[in-house]
Amino acid sequence: MSKVVYISHDGTRHELDVSDGVSLMQAAVSNGIYDIVGDCGGSASCATCHVYVDEAFCDRLLAPTEREAGMLECAAAEVKPNSRLCCQIVMSPTLDGLVVEIPDRQW
Amino acid sequence: MKAYEKVVIIGTGQAGVEVAFGLRANGWQGEITLIGESADIPHHLPPLSKAYLAGTATAESLYLRTPEAYQAQNIHLLSGIRVDAINREAAQVQLADGQALSYDRLVLATGGRPRTMPADCGPLAEADNFCYLRTLSDAERIRLQLVPGNRMVVIGSGYIGLEVAASAIKTGMQVTLLTIADRVLDRVTAPLVSSFYERLHRAAGVDIEVNTQIAGFEMSADQQHVRAVVCADGRRLDADLVVAGIGLVPNCELASAAGLQVDDGIIVNELMQTSDPAIMALGDCARFHSSIYNRWVRIESVPNALEQARKIAAILCGKTYRSEAAPWFWSDQYDIGLKMVGLSDGYERIVIRGSMEQPDFSVFYLKNNRALAVDTVNRPVEFNLSKQMVTDQLLIDPALLADESVPLKEIIAAARAEPNYA
Repeated sequence: MSKVVYISHDGTRHELDVSDGVSLMQAAVSNGIYDIVGDCGGSASCATCHVYVDEAFCDRLLAPTEREAGMLECAAAEVKPNSRLCCQIVMSPTLDGLVVEIPDRQW
Repeated sequence: MKAYEKVVIIGTGQAGVEVAFGLRANGWQGEITLIGESADIPHHLPPLSKAYLAGTATAESLYLRTPEAYQAQNIHLLSGIRVDAINREAAQVQLADGQALSYDRLVLATGGRPRTMPADCGPLAEADNFCYLRTLSDAERIRLQLVPGNRMVVIGSGYIGLEVAASAIKTGMQVTLLTIADRVLDRVTAPLVSSFYERLHRAAGVDIEVNTQIAGFEMSADQQHVRAVVCADGRRLDADLVVAGIGLVPNCELASAAGLQVDDGIIVNELMQTSDPAIMALGDCARFHSSIYNRWVRIESVPNALEQARKIAAILCGKTYRSEAAPWFWSDQYDIGLKMVGLSDGYERIVIRGSMEQPDFSVFYLKNNRALAVDTVNRPVEFNLSKQMVTDQLLIDPALLADESVPLKEIIAAARAEPNYA
């Protein structure tokens, strides 16, 4: 169980305790963080769980797969170097305290 | 529409749950009551034919929201309670436990139920090894009967039948799939996509028998057990387990009984209202006029339910909503993810990009040089671009489309730049 902070575009902070092995998308959706959508159920196929990862944590994440990188191109909001699909970020102890910002729109 | 009004939502599938949470996210202040006949915590359905059968998903991992999230969002969840009737004059729903709930706005998200075998196939309801698949308990019943070496007969070659067959063969069952159609997925895909899936299943060991009509079932003496499936041509297939996936029947009875307009689905207008403006409907049970296809459609898919739920939430909260988007669908069989956008009925020609052997391809269903639908395998980027192409009914040059050296993104950009092409 590690802490994740999601910051919505309007500045609202949501702090969740996320179990290891659970994706950040799953945790957000099941706890009612509405601006993370996850329409495809977490298969990197819809780009509706786009987040900006706090720079301090970027190096601790596995690099995006080709599929995720391709899907990111389809994201509705601006894509930045720290853009990720959070269905592909799986919680682990090294990510405790992770902060992600949610863009203004997902679709 | 005032934010303090009471909303009652009937149905705790993905449509109903999304309306409830969508209302809160859009600032709805009033009471929200979500009523489900199922006693289960509202959960995802798609994994039931896949990960759940394979035993790789727990019931908990299927929850749409954590049980606490309903309380946190002040959504009153009534599970395991049947709605007996809608009393439009009193603006109340009558529950089976005797309560009557008042509403200002009522949302029907009643979904559908499996189409059952014709009555002349005999009494199957009591059989312990004959299953349909829609609910968690259906999936549980099937899962417990997946025994390596046992013989399974799947009836139907739509998504459910194929996904169940794929899940079962992986557990070591001997699987035969029977379909009355001349090819699998015949209602939704082109013949070459059907062939692709038939090859995939046969390579995995599934015996697919097309053009096969079911005459009936050979039952045990006490009628509690199917022993064999009997085909119209006289063939007899021993079975330890039979699963039928032969379509969905929309749950419209409450709406019909309340005098709402129903025609294979509850009829709704562009504001998702039924023939009574205080009552809305969405998802598998709703029929609407598609502006993209210029005909009445009822769409059985999770993304459609979610899209319409978000639209209802926005409408009720007085927010802007997005205009109709082409419906999309997905199916996972083995390690192949099929993603489809649009409705292909009435296509004139198809164009393929990529290789079906890899497999890595997209199939475009064209009419008058516009894509009605696109099927993609392993091409998520093309899938997403295809959503725009179909939704915006872009005029596309088929020769360009067939040329893999031209990225789809460029083809779409060109179509947008020259809307009068053709």
